[in-house]
Amino acid sequence: MSLPRTAREIRARVSARDVSAVEVCRDALDRITRLDARLHAFLHLDEKGALARAADLDRDRPADAPLLGVPVALKDNICKAGMRTTAASRLLEHYVPPYSAGVVERLERAGAVIVGKTNCDEFAMGSSTEHSAFGPTRNPWATDRIPGGSSGGSAVAVAAGMVPLALGSDTGGSIRQPAALCGILGLKPTYGRVSRYGLIAFGSSLDQIGPFARSTADLAALIGTIAGPDARDSTSAADPVPDYGAQLTGDIHGLRVGVPRELLQQGVEPAVMAAFEGALAELAGAGAIVTDVALPHASLAIPVYYLVANAEASSNLARFDGVRYGDRAEASTVHDVYYRTRAHFGAEVKRRIMIGTFVLSAGYYDAYYLKAQKVRALIRQDYDEAFRRVDVVAVPTSPTVAFKLGERTADPLQMYLADVFTAATNLVGLPAISVPCGVSDERLPIGLQLTGRPFDEGTLLRAADVMDRRRPIPSPDVETI
Amino acid sequence: MAEILTRADVERIAALARLELTAEEIALFAEQLSAILGYADQVQQVDTSGVPAASPTTPDATVFRDDLPLPCLPRDLALSQAPAADRGAGLFKVPRVLGS
Repeated sequence: MSLPRTAREIRARVSARDVSAVEVCRDALDRITRLDARLHAFLHLDEKGALARAADLDRDRPADAPLLGVPVALKDNICKAGMRTTAASRLLEHYVPPYSAGVVERLERAGAVIVGKTNCDEFAMGSSTEHSAFGPTRNPWATDRIPGGSSGGSAVAVAAGMVPLALGSDTGGSIRQPAALCGILGLKPTYGRVSRYGLIAFGSSLDQIGPFARSTADLAALIGTIAGPDARDSTSAADPVPDYGAQLTGDIHGLRVGVPRELLQQGVEPAVMAAFEGALAELAGAGAIVTDVALPHASLAIPVYYLVANAEASSNLARFDGVRYGDRAEASTVHDVYYRTRAHFGAEVKRRIMIGTFVLSAGYYDAYYLKAQKVRALIRQDYDEAFRRVDVVAVPTSPTVAFKLGERTADPLQMYLADVFTAATNLVGLPAISVPCGVSDERLPIGLQLTGRPFDEGTLLRAADVMDRRRPIPSPDVETI
Repeated sequence: MAEILTRADVERIAALARLELTAEEIALFAEQLSAILGYADQVQQVDTSGVPAASPTTPDATVFRDDLPLPCLPRDLALSQAPAADRGAGLFKVPRVLGS
């Protein structure tokens, strides 16, 4: 009998002693080793640690372990004690965190096996994983194309079947966009749903950690594991964590789905638009009520996002000065240590620090940063208004399918537009899911994004599950790459 | 598009951000950052009179906890990742701060 490859099957069969956690772990490590020379999803693989952990689980059999023996990959901006964590930056090339993130502690309590760290854009700044200091990750559906970003390595690790589950972080679309471009599920939880303790900060009013999976049942198991309050993150919410698995009823009869048509007027590829319309028809076929909804300020999400996120980034990245951790460029004064150490940031990180520093500087703060925060409040009002009439808002996750490596790296503004449909939900703190809804003629995946009310991840999972049941999409043929 | 940021502006901002840039980076960033800020200028067209600037993701209530001393990261662990430290004295080490 073949080894299980979904979290649900792994947990059931490891619990029943039908397979061992060590066998499952070896299977994942073999597959990673075989495929990663081509895909480069991982920056660090901890074979020894993962196998030892799996052996411990086989021996101890912890009770109440919803992810017993399940291999999980972490985006490389999430700290695990003793495991190198670089955020795909030269500045942290040799950094080994002395503590674990809150989500890592929760994964370990749930019986998961953390196999390693995945590639991403440096400090999670990018939409293609090409801004990694350690080279790009490739899309398993077409290896001359980007996997999306910034959590591209985690998306590829799941899409290529290396691991059933992975964590990413999402500041402007960094979970949902790669999930869409790699043909898997990705969820950005409500702001505050998941502790950011131990996440290397980028935009602190926007960042959330969230799950990737190939099935809604697995996605529900992972968000249920990582959600909940943490005293070490003052923004984490005390709201009770529901049983997400119980939400997967298959019934969306009467669910009101709002479509902001005016937002989709320009820049959406025909194949994406066709798959999106097909997805709306599926939801309607399952009993949902699809109506138009207005989000008049959402078209400003990208300019607002790049002002707010970069302002926060310039502040958060001030800590990388070569003094307390990370690599230091030697110099004779501490002043020169700062300048020379920070010269090792990649070009995209420098651009963002520069924009953020500028919009927070004397004389420009009101015109840029304060103005952006006010428009942000208007975007939130639009969503509040929309959710009086509908239960979820539907848009394509990405306006295009996966683009080719190198196609947008010379034009930062073009790269930023990849987030045109995802950034708004971070600005307003709402949960959003990307679910596969088709493939293009060239067999490139397309994602549907559903945004919900605060802490209503359950409804998003239920709707995604209905899509998943009615329109399962194929897996990439990784054996040929 | 008019250049919003000159090379001199870029150098001034880089100094504020403690970033050492090459001459090529300064020239490239003057162009790219002007394009990005030009694009972001759309927000100026929006009427925001009377709109509060509060971040809409901030929790409604400030979270308090009891003011009790709790264990924190041990000093030797905190120093373990420093590029230079005096473990015995429990200090991070940096080169000269003042003077030439």
